[in-house]
Amino acid sequence: MPSVKIPKKSTNVDMTPFVDVAFLILTFFIMATKFKPPSPVEVTTPSSVSADKYPDNDAVMITIDKDSKVYFTVFSEGAPKVFDDIIGSINATNNTGVTQSETNNFKKMAMVGVPFSQLRGLLQTPVDQQKNVKQAGIPLDSTGGELTFWINAAKKAFITEGKHKLTYLIKGDNDSKYPTFKMVINAMRKNEEFKYQLVTTPEEAPKGTEYFNKVKATK
Amino acid sequence: MSAIEEGGDSGHKKGPGVKKAKKLSTRVDMTPMVDLGFLLITFFIFTTTMQTPSTMKLNMPKDTKKEEEQNKAKASGALTILLGKDNHVFYYEGELLGDASNFKSSNFKEIRDEIISKHQEVIKNHKHDDTCPETQQKAKAKGDPNWQNACADRDFVVIIKPNDEATFKNTVDILDEMTINGVKRYAMIDITDTEKKLIAATEGTPIK
Repeated sequence: MPSVKIPKKSTNVDMTPFVDVAFLILTFFIMATKFKPPSPVEVTTPSSVSADKYPDNDAVMITIDKDSKVYFTVFSEGAPKVFDDIIGSINATNNTGVTQSETNNFKKMAMVGVPFSQLRGLLQTPVDQQKNVKQAGIPLDSTGGELTFWINAAKKAFITEGKHKLTYLIKGDNDSKYPTFKMVINAMRKNEEFKYQLVTTPEEAPKGTEYFNKVKATK
Repeated sequence: MSAIEEGGDSGHKKGPGVKKAKKLSTRVDMTPMVDLGFLLITFFIFTTTMQTPSTMKLNMPKDTKKEEEQNKAKASGALTILLGKDNHVFYYEGELLGDASNFKSSNFKEIRDEIISKHQEVIKNHKHDDTCPETQQKAKAKGDPNWQNACADRDFVVIIKPNDEATFKNTVDILDEMTINGVKRYAMIDITDTEKKLIAATEGTPIK
């Protein structure tokens, strides 16, 4: 029986378009990626319908973690003198005695969450090891505690710098307790600051509510 | 892919001993490159943080000792919301009665209906006075779709009192509820001891 010869087809597929697409996606992700800043504490923020812009520069962020410990962070790209001024005022008011080299370390830090007595010790730790250091949180009481000095120092530093307007961010964890938040507000209030921005995760407005209709009307 | 073909013998005359060059394929095996490409894609997909956080504005009033500068809330238009532990919500309308009979238990799902119904009630009971048209026109100029209710909205005040067990999430959620329901006037105030006791008494057995 004569065998029917099936024409041999090449199994090689031209992968060029496939590779093209793959690299296009790759390029997109490289461009779109913004690395998470290394943070010593994990904070899950609550969600809200408000969609105000998150400022990532010229801001002071007060972080409240899930154990209600408070941390202080300064964002100031382009004005490094602000950091020197802050440490300068803290030194002046609390005799912390932080040296110049330790101040340089402060500039690279993600967040400070220690009492003044431990501040030098923390700043002496190399930056790459700081995330392993367990920070006790800035001491707070009903009238503000040490956080008042930090806010005051930052406020003065930004006034001296003059060019940038300081924004106050409060980033609280879902599980942190309300009294801590109230004490943070009190520390702000002592410095005559009454406007803050709470960091939240964006969320859709529930259908049929007043805000939902308002958003729809403006679109 | 285009492969460059050599012309073969045409035109050229090769001398003796000149070997014909071996034809090399111009095709490159792209598999390792593709592998690497996808590895990088996977890496970047995982590390990308697509969602940037948003913020919510919060303005607190200045402390004032002077009586005339303090904001007064009409009892008829006030709704007090208390936040307890484990996402419990309590509320009462107007002033808290001596026997606490208007103190009610709720949760985050149901409190919205309560805010809306109280809001409607306040709007319905509102009596226009001389300052009303001005307030309405101001709101209209701002582009408020509910400008007709602008002066009635002034009567409606929500007072938020989180207790020591309430979480930050609860606080933000209730502030969010104010935005969602278009409550123009709300305030965060310290909880009183009577209210604390009432919450503690109710929390053991939440009433529906």
